Amino acid sequence: MPAAANKVFAALADPTRRAIFERLARNGELTVRALTDKAGVSQPAVSKHLGVLKLAGLVHDRHQGRQTHYSVRPKGLAPLADWLHFYAAFWEDRLDHLEDLLKRMDQ
Amino acid sequence: MRDTAVHSIVVERLMPHTPEKIWRALTTSQLIAEWLMENDFEAVEGHRFTFRAKPVPGWSGVTNCVVLKVEPPHLLSYSWGDGSESDSGLKTVVTWTLTATDAGTLVRMEQSGFRAEDDAGYRGMGAGWPRILERLESIAARQHS
Repeated sequence: MPAAANKVFAALADPTRRAIFERLARNGELTVRALTDKAGVSQPAVSKHLGVLKLAGLVHDRHQGRQTHYSVRPKGLAPLADWLHFYAAFWEDRLDHLEDLLKRMDQ
Repeated sequence: MRDTAVHSIVVERLMPHTPEKIWRALTTSQLIAEWLMENDFEAVEGHRFTFRAKPVPGWSGVTNCVVLKVEPPHLLSYSWGDGSESDSGLKTVVTWTLTATDAGTLVRMEQSGFRAEDDAGYRGMGAGWPRILERLESIAARQHS
């Protein structure tokens, strides 16, 4: 299993983080303050969630004055695509083996 | 292979065998070992078992699973991974559906991912995920253009 995919999935498993990520995906760049307004949690909590998303490679931050602006990193989802490709190939290969086995089995 | 939803992998194949025969291959430990992986599977709901593959760096080769549904010879599902396999391990569900046809059996395997800690989270991700990817694809497209 591609190891990096775990980080992406873990980061997105939390509903609040997922909501934050989705808002960034929808709106483009937003400040921590703008994200806090609708997140239903405190600004430090939002900052912490953003930190996790950043570590997972899902968001990018840009400092301007006293504000930090966040936006999504589309490439951050590449591990997820890798995971899909890995298991898609895995199952195709396994099903080939299953069909070979079925040919050898009695009714 | 085709993806019906972005959050899952679906593989469908028409196999010229009866559902009962395919069911045996899907649910008999020794037979599963021949086409999938070494295992201690039992077709009993709630049974905990492991799939064992060759270890690779960063992964012991063990996948911890629990049998979720057993409805012979049509429906079988088990969780795939319990999150303990690695630091932030992945929990997914594998569901097999067998449908009898004139030519044999339509075998459908779905592995759905992103199971959150609770069902509410899972439903949320299921609904939200395709939307998120759509947005990101359009963002990526804009960046490339």
